[in-house]
Amino acid sequence: MAGPERLTREEVAHVADLARLQLTDEELELFTGQLAEVLDHAADVASLDLADVVPTAHAMAVTNVLRADEVRPGVDRDEVLGQAPSVEDHRFRVPRILGESP
Amino acid sequence: MSSPRPSTFLANAVRSGARSALDVLDEHLAVIAAGDDQVNAFNLVTTEQARHQAIAVDRTVTAGEDPGPLAGVPVALKDNLCTRGVPTTCSSRILEGWCPPYDATVVARLRRAGAVMVGKTNMDEFAMGSSTETSAFGPTRNPHDTSRVPGGSSGGSAAAVAAGFAPLALGSDTGGSIRQPAALCGVVGMKPTYGTVSRYGLVAFASSLDQVGPLATTVADAALLFDVIGGHDPCDSTSLNRPAPRVVSVLDDGVAGLTIGVLSEFLDGADPDVVARTRQAAEACAAAGARVEEVSVPEVALGLSAYYLIAPGEASSNLARYDGVRYGLRVDAEDNVAMNTATRSAGFGAEVKRRIMLGTYVLSAGYMDAYYNQALRVRTKIIEGFAAAYQRCEVLLGPTAPTPAFPLGAKTGDPLTMYLSDVCTIPSNLAGHPAISVPYGAGEDGLPVGVQVLGPALSEGTILKVAAVVEATAPPLARPVLDGGGRP
Repeated sequence: MAGPERLTREEVAHVADLARLQLTDEELELFTGQLAEVLDHAADVASLDLADVVPTAHAMAVTNVLRADEVRPGVDRDEVLGQAPSVEDHRFRVPRILGESP
Repeated sequence: MSSPRPSTFLANAVRSGARSALDVLDEHLAVIAAGDDQVNAFNLVTTEQARHQAIAVDRTVTAGEDPGPLAGVPVALKDNLCTRGVPTTCSSRILEGWCPPYDATVVARLRRAGAVMVGKTNMDEFAMGSSTETSAFGPTRNPHDTSRVPGGSSGGSAAAVAAGFAPLALGSDTGGSIRQPAALCGVVGMKPTYGTVSRYGLVAFASSLDQVGPLATTVADAALLFDVIGGHDPCDSTSLNRPAPRVVSVLDDGVAGLTIGVLSEFLDGADPDVVARTRQAAEACAAAGARVEEVSVPEVALGLSAYYLIAPGEASSNLARYDGVRYGLRVDAEDNVAMNTATRSAGFGAEVKRRIMLGTYVLSAGYMDAYYNQALRVRTKIIEGFAAAYQRCEVLLGPTAPTPAFPLGAKTGDPLTMYLSDVCTIPSNLAGHPAISVPYGAGEDGLPVGVQVLGPALSEGTILKVAAVVEATAPPLARPVLDGGGRP
């Protein structure tokens, strides 16, 4: 399998947008070069023929881990809300999330 | 030959009433006060909480009860371990001032064992780095030479142990973040088998690779700390449902009859000093009765590339939670998405941004097969390569890091060069295997060199007894001396 094309500035800008990061022009320039270099280094992996190999997501995988279905105390609500940047009526308060006017 | 047990010695003195925990604590706080302005190992020294804990331990002794195997022993905690009511920052602006509402399981187990937590140690931001220079709160310096890095990402914990600020520390190891700084600071550091130590309350970086582990001045102390923190935890669904480890009991068994493979791929490209020390350690094991042979695991050469696709992929997902809504920093903006973006852009440093973007890219449609899924297949190949080697030998031996400590700033401008510091430690994380770094004297420049013992899953007892032999035969390493600093 051939490795993908070299990373472009536009792709980095798009990825930053997906990751909710805003970059300055200088950061965009710097990160594009640095990330392309890392991906170039990864070309040895990308170019291997491993179609028959089963991928490993977890080296020590355990499955179906369940606990007994019983009520027990969780973390204290006020202690949790006490760490929030903004709270209203025992809820996390955020800026508007839809297009309505504030 | 028996590995020294300074923490057990200290704990026994406290348990017997020969010394008070408060006295032990005050002595260490004085060393921190005299030296940490030169090292910057701590983000926070928790003097008040530590005094309360020490007093509680002393009361237990007075009442005739046993406070536990770490009675009164000061322990430093990497600042990505949650401590209830005590700030936990991951050395990031985005978590500055955040106080977790619960203790990590390892922290709760330390308390139960009578340990006294002296503070939260500096680290690379969110454990992403190999030098502790990506910390938002300034770098930690290597106590052996304060113009050099301590390694990373658990650089604060390694430096704290090396400088005598605490005899024990906890770190976390995702690609070498316990072992590499241990090597560069001249202390012992172990990454346990994945799933043997709870990750509950460890702030997640790359969840399939992260593992909490001990740093200490000796192999026996590292083993003791592992025994205290290890064992099944129902709060971590990846925790292995097995009895708690008891490795301390096998430490002095020696290496006679074991076959030790010197991992040739790890010697390629390492500094001549580092190669020489590794070979010397192998010869010492042979002299102690082990069979030593050179072993090749060609697949480990692909580890670095695979890791820098897998770990950023997992990190990009894990760090999506820092959105300014529930805890930590918020930078206000007119709507929620703009608030998320402003918060993350202001709160994360450059290395964290790079890894989030790299991870987002390799998981995005069109690239996931070529990069991320391909890296997961390489992970399988590495596990198979190790399995073949462990048909021939019980453990593998190699350097922990390709070089001794490098000067501050030497690699910060070139991320790929920095990533190469982890080339000998990453394969164990990808395979989920345990590995331990043991100080083995110094190179020609006087800087510590670490030798690494690797084993298959759940072989902690075996790698520790090999490590004990390596330790017993190690050339002397001068203790670091800080200006104005005595040590306990």
